[in-house]
Amino acid sequence: MSLLRFTKDHEWIRLDGDLAVVGITDYAQSQLGDVVYVELPEIGRGIERGKEAAVVESVKAASEVYAPASGEVAEVNEAIAADPAKVNADPMGEGWFLKLRLADPGELEGLLDEEAYQRFVEEQH
Amino acid sequence: MTLAETAPPLKRTPLYALHRELGAKMVPFAGYEMPVQYPAGILAEHLHTRSQAGLFDVSHMGQIRLTGADPIVALEALVPGDLQALAAMRMRYTLFLNEEGGILDDLMVTRREDGLFLVVNAARQEADFAHLRDCLSPAAAIEPLADRALLALQGPAAATVLSCLIDGVARLGFLTAAEVMVDGRQWLVTRSGYTGEDGFEISLPAAEAEGFARRLIAQPEVLPIGLGARDSLRLEAGLCLYGHDIDEGTTPIEADLAWTIGKRRRADGGFPGAATVLRQLTEGAPRKRVGIRPEGRAPAREDTEIVDTAGNRIGRVTSGGFGPSVGGPVAMGYVHRSHAREGTALELQVRGTPRPARVARLPFVPTHYYRG
Repeated sequence: MSLLRFTKDHEWIRLDGDLAVVGITDYAQSQLGDVVYVELPEIGRGIERGKEAAVVESVKAASEVYAPASGEVAEVNEAIAADPAKVNADPMGEGWFLKLRLADPGELEGLLDEEAYQRFVEEQH
Repeated sequence: MTLAETAPPLKRTPLYALHRELGAKMVPFAGYEMPVQYPAGILAEHLHTRSQAGLFDVSHMGQIRLTGADPIVALEALVPGDLQALAAMRMRYTLFLNEEGGILDDLMVTRREDGLFLVVNAARQEADFAHLRDCLSPAAAIEPLADRALLALQGPAAATVLSCLIDGVARLGFLTAAEVMVDGRQWLVTRSGYTGEDGFEISLPAAEAEGFARRLIAQPEVLPIGLGARDSLRLEAGLCLYGHDIDEGTTPIEADLAWTIGKRRRADGGFPGAATVLRQLTEGAPRKRVGIRPEGRAPAREDTEIVDTAGNRIGRVTSGGFGPSVGGPVAMGYVHRSHAREGTALELQVRGTPRPARVARLPFVPTHYYRG
């Protein structure tokens, strides 16, 4: 099992070898509604934890996707730029946003595990 | 301790319980708790309205009856529309103007046997009512119809569906009205709407609204539609949203609504702000509302800055988003008159990056109003 962590801003991050995959949670996509546009960062760009990594837009509004941990953008998912509906259909899988080469994998320790995130979402209601 | 600022409680329409039962996501809008979308989602709701029929709860809008010796002449003092030319049971889109020619609200006026029937924006209804009372009392009697609901059925299947429930409505012409008796109570049906599609608005007693809405959504062609899709539908149809595309700081000429000013009113004036409006009609206004098509896929939202190709600020987006029927971003905004011609290259400052766009013809999609 690879390490999977969540933020209170509704991003997820999963360790995948020496990279970390980042996306938005199922709760986030359900709150946004139909995703019609995503803006992805340039490859090679360094992003600090908590700073804007990408933008996701629904019919109604634009939202930022924050980096759950600091690192350098190693890969972006061009498939969601071409077909933003993938973010709604499979947010934890095909709808991933980007891969980061983490500056410090230890940063993931401070994030929520799946159970804590689910509890956090339930408390929002 | 600090006490949270208490907002006034939100009002509910007669369909509130039905919206909840249908799984709507409710949001505050103009002082009301309204459905922004149902489980189908904004995209599906929008496309369904264009292909079949959508039911909208617009009961939050203000319905006002204006009666008296001559309510038509009285109301003409406040709007630039030619209401005297309005035949019985016909309706018209017009504007309340202030002394500077700024738009106080946009409204639909229907001429009935016993006076005029007005539908005004929810957020403006109290201000409109006060304005009418201040300017027209006691010559005209102004009666807000608080116990009426308003439903809109929009889309190519609207006439077929509504005909099954109310006899004869398919024969109504665009922007005409009919009074129908249902179970001994009077309803008003108009062939109108705000989506660019054929359709109807039905003003009916509040107590009868839920039952009728249930009968409509029981038809296979009809889906309930929230405010989200209402907004994207009207934007694609090039229609203004009060408080965004038009307000007290915009004139009818700037807003490209000169068509609402009747020929007789152009000659005679006699409405608030006539001097400014009629001068702009001849000389042109310094800025104009235009349609804008961003060239990429990124939507440009309200308040996005518009610059010319040299980087000079020339305007602002007033409505913008994704057009589901267009399949891409669409927007409206005000630009300097020198950049208002269709096809003019512009740039939109989206998140600090200039993105190419062009002035586009409105509406963004062909309208399908009933033409008989």
